[in-house]
Amino acid sequence: MNKQPGTRGLIFNEPQLWEKSREGRCAVSLPKADVERAEIAPHLMGDAPGLPQLSELDVVRHYTRLSQWNFGVDSGMYPLGSCTMKYNPKTNEVQAARQGFAGAHPLAGKEFSQGALKLMYDLEQALGEITGFPAVTLQPAAGAHGELAGMLMIHAYHAKKGKQRSKIIIPDTAHGTNPASASLCGYESVNIKSGEKGILEPATVAAVMDEDTAGIMITNPNTLGLFEENIREICDIVHAKGGLVYGDGANMNAIMGIVKPGDLGIDVLHLNLHKTFSTPHGGGGPGSGPVSVVKELIPFLPVPRIEKNRDGKDLSSYKFVTDCPDSIGRLHTFYGHFGVMIKAYSYILSMGGKGLREASQLAVLNANYIKESLKGTLNLPYDRPCMHECVFNDKYQQENHITTMDMAKRLLDYGFHPPTIYFPLVVDAAFMVEPTETESKEDIDQFIDAVKAIAKEAKLDPEKLKKAPLLTKVTRLDEVTAARKPCLRG
Amino acid sequence: MRYLPHTQEDIDAMLAKTGHASIDDLFDSIPEALKTKGPLNLPEALSEWDLNTYMEKLASSNIACKDYKCFIGAGSYDHYIPALVPYLVSRSEFATAYTPYQPEVSQGTLQGIYEFQTMITQLLGMDIATASHYDCGTALAECALIALKKDRKANKIAVSSLVHPSHRQILETYLRPTGYEIVEIGTKEGLTDPTALEAMDGIAGVAVQSPNFLGNIEDLSAFKAIAENKKILFIASFTESLAYGLLKSPGACGADLVAGEGQSLGIAKTFGGPGLGLLAGTKKLMRSLPGRFIGKTKDANGDDGYVLTLATREQHIKREKASSNICSNNGLNAMTAAMYLATVGKIGIREIAQQNHDKAVYLKTSLENAGFESVFDSPFFNEFVLKAPKGFREKRADLIQNKCVFAGMDLEPYYPKLKDHYLFCATETISKKDIDQLAKEVQ
Repeated sequence: MNKQPGTRGLIFNEPQLWEKSREGRCAVSLPKADVERAEIAPHLMGDAPGLPQLSELDVVRHYTRLSQWNFGVDSGMYPLGSCTMKYNPKTNEVQAARQGFAGAHPLAGKEFSQGALKLMYDLEQALGEITGFPAVTLQPAAGAHGELAGMLMIHAYHAKKGKQRSKIIIPDTAHGTNPASASLCGYESVNIKSGEKGILEPATVAAVMDEDTAGIMITNPNTLGLFEENIREICDIVHAKGGLVYGDGANMNAIMGIVKPGDLGIDVLHLNLHKTFSTPHGGGGPGSGPVSVVKELIPFLPVPRIEKNRDGKDLSSYKFVTDCPDSIGRLHTFYGHFGVMIKAYSYILSMGGKGLREASQLAVLNANYIKESLKGTLNLPYDRPCMHECVFNDKYQQENHITTMDMAKRLLDYGFHPPTIYFPLVVDAAFMVEPTETESKEDIDQFIDAVKAIAKEAKLDPEKLKKAPLLTKVTRLDEVTAARKPCLRG
Repeated sequence: MRYLPHTQEDIDAMLAKTGHASIDDLFDSIPEALKTKGPLNLPEALSEWDLNTYMEKLASSNIACKDYKCFIGAGSYDHYIPALVPYLVSRSEFATAYTPYQPEVSQGTLQGIYEFQTMITQLLGMDIATASHYDCGTALAECALIALKKDRKANKIAVSSLVHPSHRQILETYLRPTGYEIVEIGTKEGLTDPTALEAMDGIAGVAVQSPNFLGNIEDLSAFKAIAENKKILFIASFTESLAYGLLKSPGACGADLVAGEGQSLGIAKTFGGPGLGLLAGTKKLMRSLPGRFIGKTKDANGDDGYVLTLATREQHIKREKASSNICSNNGLNAMTAAMYLATVGKIGIREIAQQNHDKAVYLKTSLENAGFESVFDSPFFNEFVLKAPKGFREKRADLIQNKCVFAGMDLEPYYPKLKDHYLFCATETISKKDIDQLAKEVQ
């Protein structure tokens, strides 16, 4: 076996900022005051906020040490299912930091923002081509915000038709954000179960779809990593009763250049630029959640929209349009997360169409390879060809009272970030692995070896797993007390 | 492609394991009729260097590439960013991590955001702050929803017409499908009119921005008093967080909920996003707030550590009954803001805020001397309104085109009554020389 990446190493303790604070320190050289002091009326003044007082090195050392307690994609394999933790190219960051982008004021006017507008327009076009839809909005700030945008459009569509509907169908494999987004539009969730094969059966949908149901929210490939083979039939059933099909594109990384969701009968689809299109997750955001729509939904897209003057060769050939009477309105103070868009567009330009297709192919190859390599070691509830991720559980380990949680924590000691655990809910104690295409065969082999070694430990030394992780800065944390007696500030 | 590590040998070995003859066979579960025919119609892949050339060309057709002078704020502010802030936040351990679901290997993000929550409560004088939201507008919409869901009788929310116009539009987008109504509170001399609010019935909450969109500082305590009288929630918002380096905090004025924009705290303007939504509340409202919280706890050895907490409010557990649908927030920008606040510290934030005010006052006086007309008497922080003399519209366009100077923002598109009125902003990045130069140009 190759030597595993996880090992001991010196890291540092570091107190909270204010414990380091000393009266009179300041880590910024203040600009010279060159105009007269203008006092503000005393009744409007507050006390100076009680921020810490530090030197520049204090600040640098504090955050350097904190960063060393973190695990990122750059540190090691991060196979979180449904999160697409692929490599985040460094050139993306260089492009986004260009002064012409980073320094751009959002209200400078279109004449002076043509570069930004062209980038957004071209990115919309590229995402439209990849997803197979005629129009895209980039405004939603994250995936869940994109879901909200999509549901608002479905709501506006039914309102325009003259009869609002009250329900929405949501399969048991859906992300929790789906029902939460739908309920923001006042829709009641109708939960349905996937069939024996882990995918939706058309009959299940037909049984609940009626003329008071606004539509269905489908993730394809679904969160079991399986392609919804009956998707077109399901779309037909929903359409026949006047409903619309919402596609959750969180798993788009499996099918770029292979399937266009727009060709399947889906009406509206969101993407996560911080998943499929390589912009970093940033420890929780900022993301970006563009939404693609069919022709019938274009009037409902959020404003402002970006348009290109067909005749214009001059500098003003791209413009914002707000005059859209059926639009759901505005979703972001300005135009969405432009900085994230730059990174995603850089990725698309670096990959090209062929490269994106290859990325999806290799993502699926990596996942199937892991599935085949580990299926004797871990239980595989749905033993079918998977797409970009595969879902195991702890059934075999239960006889030694070892859980998915124990195995996940032990993986940390081996130097791997654990997969997504206990999701999707349709699998009991799920262990959901999404390697992505950027992991090499050697790294994946090492991961497979680590899981096998842990399964062996589960039999021979289960106590060790119960205590894991052993090499991290902190051990398992008391989450129950944290929630019962919340301490949210220092 | 340099991001894809597989050699042909790797692919063959892996296919042998999975039992497929080719990569295409891996996709057999997809019905043939559903597959895309032909390649994606996208430009051919660029090398890193060709990408640099192309992106620089795009970036340089934005005016920001030049050394421009920005006398515009209106929700996006030009402030100095100390070099250490982008340097530290781009450490890949922060940037390439996911949401801290595995706390044992995420203590950096967790402590960093816990400190962020703490410093935001200090800045705003509030009990608790969330781990961030998308921007001020979406945070404000969430606050309005909290008030509306809490009040079982009222279905209206009162919103000052001097709340940022985009924020009011977002509010409308969020509230329309559920039938909640927004009633706008009128103005009086550049300030929200409290008597108009007093006359309103059937409202679940009131939202007032200070400094307001015209730059004027509102008497937040007066609105709190009315809200208390009506037994409704008082929501304070702001677009310029540095104002609270100087001004009495929303918490000290009695706000129940605060929605703010944190872009000024070390985050580049970046054509309006990503910024940073700040969301704070009183302890009483803790379980109604949307999004993530980081809490302090102990590990099995009794050492201090941090975890995501109060997750039972969130969508992955509560699904359709969650307090909000937010999942990803603006975490890395929250980390940026924390680094900025730690850098400027107690002394720096006060001085920077004061300088913003000083420059704005000097700019106002200089422009008045150059023929602009003062419109409102209210105190302001770093933005204010002036009525422009004849010919300024043309002069302004010329200044942008030829001198890269953005002299104020036309208010007419937002408030048709304010024809020829411009919203000016001065921050610490503007020098006396810049202001003198502008005053000379527009004379």
